[in-house]
Amino acid sequence: MEKFVLKYFNLIRTIIAILIGFAVSVLILVIVSTSSIESIKYLFLGPFMSVSRIGNIVELATPIIFCGIAIAIPFQASQFNVGAEGTFFISAAFGTAFALIIQKLNLPGFIYIVLVLTFATLFGGFWGFIPGYLKARFKANMVVLTLMLNYAAYFLSIYLINYHFRDKSAGFLTSYRLPENIFLKQFVPNTRIHIGFLIAIASVFIAYYFLYHTTLGYEIRMVGFNFHFAKYSGIDVFKVIVLSSVIGGLFAGLGGMAEVMGIHRRFLWQSLPGYGWDGVVVAIIGKNNPILIMFASLFLAYLRIGGRVLNLLSDVPFEMVGVIESIIILLITAEAFLENVKYRITVKEAEKEVFKNGSLS
Amino acid sequence: MDAQISVRDIVKVYPNGVVANKKVSLDIQEKTIHAIVGENGAGKTTLTKILFGLELPQEGEIFVKGKKVHFRSPIDAIKMGIGMVHQHFMLAENLTVFENLILGIEPTKFKIFLDKKTAKEKILKYIEKYKIDIPLEKKIKELPIGVKQRVEIFKALLRDVDILILDEPTAVLTPQEAEVLFESLRELKNQGETIIFISHKLKEIKAIADVITIMRDGRVISTNSNEELTQHDIARLMVGREVSFERVEEPKEIGKVVLTVKNLTYTNSERIKVLKNINFEVREGEIVGIAGVEGNGQTELVELITGLKTPTEGEIRLFDENISGKSVREIRTRGLVHIPEDRMKNGVAEKAKLKENLISDRYYKPPFSNKGALNYNYIDSEANRLVKDFNIITQSIENPVSSLSGGNIQKVIVTRELSSNPKVIIASQPARGIDVGSEELVHNFIKEARDKKCAVLLVSADLDEILKLSTRVLVIYNGEIVKSFNEVSTLRAEDLGPYMLGVKRGD
Repeated sequence: MEKFVLKYFNLIRTIIAILIGFAVSVLILVIVSTSSIESIKYLFLGPFMSVSRIGNIVELATPIIFCGIAIAIPFQASQFNVGAEGTFFISAAFGTAFALIIQKLNLPGFIYIVLVLTFATLFGGFWGFIPGYLKARFKANMVVLTLMLNYAAYFLSIYLINYHFRDKSAGFLTSYRLPENIFLKQFVPNTRIHIGFLIAIASVFIAYYFLYHTTLGYEIRMVGFNFHFAKYSGIDVFKVIVLSSVIGGLFAGLGGMAEVMGIHRRFLWQSLPGYGWDGVVVAIIGKNNPILIMFASLFLAYLRIGGRVLNLLSDVPFEMVGVIESIIILLITAEAFLENVKYRITVKEAEKEVFKNGSLS
Repeated sequence: MDAQISVRDIVKVYPNGVVANKKVSLDIQEKTIHAIVGENGAGKTTLTKILFGLELPQEGEIFVKGKKVHFRSPIDAIKMGIGMVHQHFMLAENLTVFENLILGIEPTKFKIFLDKKTAKEKILKYIEKYKIDIPLEKKIKELPIGVKQRVEIFKALLRDVDILILDEPTAVLTPQEAEVLFESLRELKNQGETIIFISHKLKEIKAIADVITIMRDGRVISTNSNEELTQHDIARLMVGREVSFERVEEPKEIGKVVLTVKNLTYTNSERIKVLKNINFEVREGEIVGIAGVEGNGQTELVELITGLKTPTEGEIRLFDENISGKSVREIRTRGLVHIPEDRMKNGVAEKAKLKENLISDRYYKPPFSNKGALNYNYIDSEANRLVKDFNIITQSIENPVSSLSGGNIQKVIVTRELSSNPKVIIASQPARGIDVGSEELVHNFIKEARDKKCAVLLVSADLDEILKLSTRVLVIYNGEIVKSFNEVSTLRAEDLGPYMLGVKRGD
């Protein structure tokens, strides 16, 4: 039993953290809601009560998966690049502009889609190159760099859309609508689950293969584990810092454009949507492993949708929904949570091992 | 109870599951120098940390002067008269010796003003009593290591401790400085101090200890008086088998010059000239030892040769090609390997898997990878073969390196570096901080490489190691090669000491 607990400790800890988080949420709901039983049901079961809500989970998870991967790759190299937020946004804006410009060429749908997605992906890579290069060349602080670049990305995108591609016939600030043949198909009836989700899943496996089965992925991880060791071994640390940022940017760029082409069909954001920050959360929960990030993204999306249902159908204020969500995530990410329990089990196991049959071996 | 300290059935388990002390029991008598010896990982440092209140044991009892104690922090230990001098000094470098000494026990006037006069009087009284020579007004950073250590010891004495724990105090000292330390320890004993002396150096244990306790694998193996044991006995009990300390046989054949260092000068970022006009050669099949007290430019010399730093002036030639300024990989592909002095900083990525650590210099070459894709079938079989051939003790190549013992981590590094058929080996402190058994293995691997016509540069502060392996010895002091010895078999550590301290210079 103890051996089993030690082996799967991380998984068990996560499950217990989620359960405690749920228990705390229940407690909060009992306090703040007049019909607490209903509220609890909305929060936890609400997301599964209809096909469209299940669809909502998947729709919301899609951009978070992309951003999670975009964050995880530089994180694996110990580069605290939090630029996915801005990269996602600006790639979507420039991708939209690009799509509108080449609209006149009347390309066949498939080629058009591939071309636009490729453009946005490469644009994301370019945007990721900027902090990567500045960090490698001038030892600039990665967190500060990417935070500032997120602002730059935001204002540049808003300028581009509002001044050059604004649809004046729409009743609100937005770009022109994209032509129909570039839409990513929504393939599940009664939901908006689109091809972008399949691309996200494919990206998960590509990123996983990249990190754990290629030489560049190996270099990225070794630099992340121990920068001095990488240098001593002959790994080109400069190249790794730049490329980890670029490759992260590729996924953010792809995710941004897929979101536009799959859900909104035009660039209609006027503020940063926050997927980049969700990406940081799921990268941390998923320990920078793309496959775990996929599950973490679905879980985060489930919590969000539960919150939305709760907000929509009960008397619980929206703010409490945010509190509940953060408590659950806080518990999952608390590294030291249950660490003393693990220590006690370890001690017991180790003593058993050493003092077999009650005597000194 | 008669003993100053009695330890009964101490069990200590660390959070990673390592059982460092497995029911350790021990008595330490008053006014003795009691050596606790054992290999790294034998549990001796853990035991002293428990005695000084730095670690809490899971089980067991401790009696100090007949009283049962439960130390929760070093403050409790000091109150009971126990002081400790750590391997790494706990001194404020920018303060004077005087300021360091009174730190935390400052006598005051009206509880606010520092009473320097009273403080000084007390210090002078203690200096008189213990006959310890320290320069009170100098800043710590201006002092040689031996004197810093004396300050550390005196700091403990000033807190009126009568039991003094010294954790590997000679690790940083030259033989001459160690002798001075031993003199003061004997004097302290005469003044009534009890001294617990942690070490794994056999010679000095024989020279200083009254009682010797040997630990192995978390247990006390034996406690004897010094006279009852020979050096050989101690080594055997520590390791659990016979070990050899004999000098390796001379090389049969010394070939052509492989590595040439010419007029090498290096000025660091603080504009200090760390290396001044260094010249030497290393030939095929010989081991050139560079002896010196740490911090005299050895680290920089090694970093320059291995491509981690670029020289300010001068040349480094490998097979008649100037390699200064080339990248680490370019130098490595020419057959030069590097066993680094700081194994945790440079030598491994401790959280990465063992197999990932074994391929860090070759992962990009086929068959380890093809067109950028890693070939795990080959990597796994190769890693398993290396683990077996080089006797690395681990449960699996999938485990992180951090799960291995210090000696085994060093074996991982040596394995990786020596298994690539190197032509030149730069070995920096290759046996530092590892147990006698692993040390013997590492030395054997280096000697075997030499016999396969490898050129070896051995940089070490451990003179026993230098004298055991080297074909020729150079002494480095203050960034200069101050002496070279071509005949090593008759050389003694005492002959090297004056050059290492800069007292003497060769021509």
